[in-house]
Amino acid sequence: MTTPTTTLNEPAGPETSSDTAAPGRWQHVGPTTRTFLAVLWRDVFTTARRPASFLVQVIVQPLLLFFVFGKVLGEAGYTHGDFGATLLPGVMAFNALLVSLQNTAMPLIMDFSWSGEIEDRLLAPLPGPLVAVAKLVFGTLCGLFAGLVMAPLGFLVLGTTGWPLTAWPGVLLILLLGSATGAGIGLTLGTVVSPERISVTFSLVLAPLTFTGSVQYPWSSLGHLKWFQVVSAINPLTYVSEGLRAATLPNLRCIPLWTDTLVLLLALALAAAVGIKGFMSRALGRR
Amino acid sequence: MTDAVTVSELVKRYHPHAPAAVDGLSFTVERGEVFGLLGPNGAGKSTTVSVLTTRMLPTSGRCLLFGTDVVAQPARARRLLAVVPQRQNLDRSLDVRQNLLFHARYHGIARDERTARAAELLDLMGLTDQAGRRVERLSGGQAQRVVIARALMHAPQVLFLDEPSTGLDPQSRLFLHARIRDLRDRGVTVVLTTHDMEEAATLSDRVGIVDHGRLLALDTPSALTEALPGGTTITAQVRCAEGTAADKIVTALTELPGACAVEHDPAPGGTGPGADPAQSFRVRTDTDPSALLPEVLRTLLDQGAEPVGLSMVRPSLQDVFISLTGRELR
Repeated sequence: MTTPTTTLNEPAGPETSSDTAAPGRWQHVGPTTRTFLAVLWRDVFTTARRPASFLVQVIVQPLLLFFVFGKVLGEAGYTHGDFGATLLPGVMAFNALLVSLQNTAMPLIMDFSWSGEIEDRLLAPLPGPLVAVAKLVFGTLCGLFAGLVMAPLGFLVLGTTGWPLTAWPGVLLILLLGSATGAGIGLTLGTVVSPERISVTFSLVLAPLTFTGSVQYPWSSLGHLKWFQVVSAINPLTYVSEGLRAATLPNLRCIPLWTDTLVLLLALALAAAVGIKGFMSRALGRR
Repeated sequence: MTDAVTVSELVKRYHPHAPAAVDGLSFTVERGEVFGLLGPNGAGKSTTVSVLTTRMLPTSGRCLLFGTDVVAQPARARRLLAVVPQRQNLDRSLDVRQNLLFHARYHGIARDERTARAAELLDLMGLTDQAGRRVERLSGGQAQRVVIARALMHAPQVLFLDEPSTGLDPQSRLFLHARIRDLRDRGVTVVLTTHDMEEAATLSDRVGIVDHGRLLALDTPSALTEALPGGTTITAQVRCAEGTAADKIVTALTELPGACAVEHDPAPGGTGPGADPAQSFRVRTDTDPSALLPEVLRTLLDQGAEPVGLSMVRPSLQDVFISLTGRELR
């Protein structure tokens, strides 16, 4: 057989292996941070090396929404005026939340049910909840990208005017919170749903989430349909849509930015807590 | 010096009212030892490994790896251990080499070192040609070699192999066994679960037999088989000259020190003319058969019988296993 060389000859002792930072680029960060970044990098790396499928997932559906709601209905005379400006923040919100949710939930459902791919990361020297947090961060990054890419796309397809620079801090804040909340919901779904129930769960969750999220109209316009307005108020997507409208359309009547921020912070905290708890029970419950 | 693995009074119940999958298991594994955990399906072997590898919380009891409590300090324990699971769980989004490199990255191994180790382990496992392949294109044996290479990337001190030979062809099995011996030679502690008797007997320094979550026996494979009542059977096939009395030979053999029981099998086809003259004598002994064997030969020669075949059957680990766990199907 091959003669083993020195690197493999000596198993690392508990003293040497415990917390000694390996030399290199990440020398200045602690071992936990380094492992956390490595676990996060795995998701970024595997998504970035197959960009086509991710881009299709991010772009096709909102592009069609823009086209049908913004262009076709407008040309046919069903919508008028600045509907495009109202639609853009809604679609941005919808895309950010949905993409973050799907990119967190889908891989986890596969991982926990049959592939077991995540086990190597669960065996990394990192507290288990941080593996879940890495999933949340990755989902949030996907959502942020999916939301932000809507802005130029919307300006192009809908022909709306660009937003002033002052609107962007609010847009980024809401997109960040919306994406993180989506990732939190995704984490929860990912640890609860079994693969044979994917389609029914997604029909039960995604469609209502999409159509009660004030995506295509401002929430305030539902005043004449009170029950639907109440239902919409339970959906966190409403606060992402409304928050983005509040940041970009100062003259429109919408839920104020601070309310949206507060509700999203609460939704995020709840979804992340439930998701991480579910993640840990799956991570520690199975063989 | 601390032991590599210490399990004390480990209990795992999946449901509060269900019988315990692991029911008060205690054992230690010494440093550098190959320890086999042998038991029928559902005996609690994999559950024990899951708890030891921080993938499952125990209901009660304590598990230490080199003094590190796997429940209290799981992240620290994970630096010391590596797992080759029953079902391969390679990252399908990565190729073979990337699987190794990312594992090392998770363990904080610097770039140069992880590249060098990956090249070395790919070579050791005969995978250099597969380094750039997607893992779903690998055969079962190749995938398992990748899993082992990945496990060794962070130079673990204790390697857990859960049913490592399941589904492997004979070549892969032999290769796996050779690698396990290499690891032991390098001072890596190996804990393997198996229901393959031969594997447990040939690889393990010590074997723990578990069933229904309890430890039934724990010793070296040879000590376990020697302790089995019934002992070794020496079978001698002989040709006898006309008129030799078989019962005289039986009496002579019975008088040998250490012989417990002697049986005589007459030649097949009767004793008439033209029949096969070979007949056999079976001597059972509970003591060391190597002392008895020459005595049996001498006695046969003295009695005018010509030995033509000689065999010695020691009880196998399988006999020990069956005597401890019973024959009923699981």
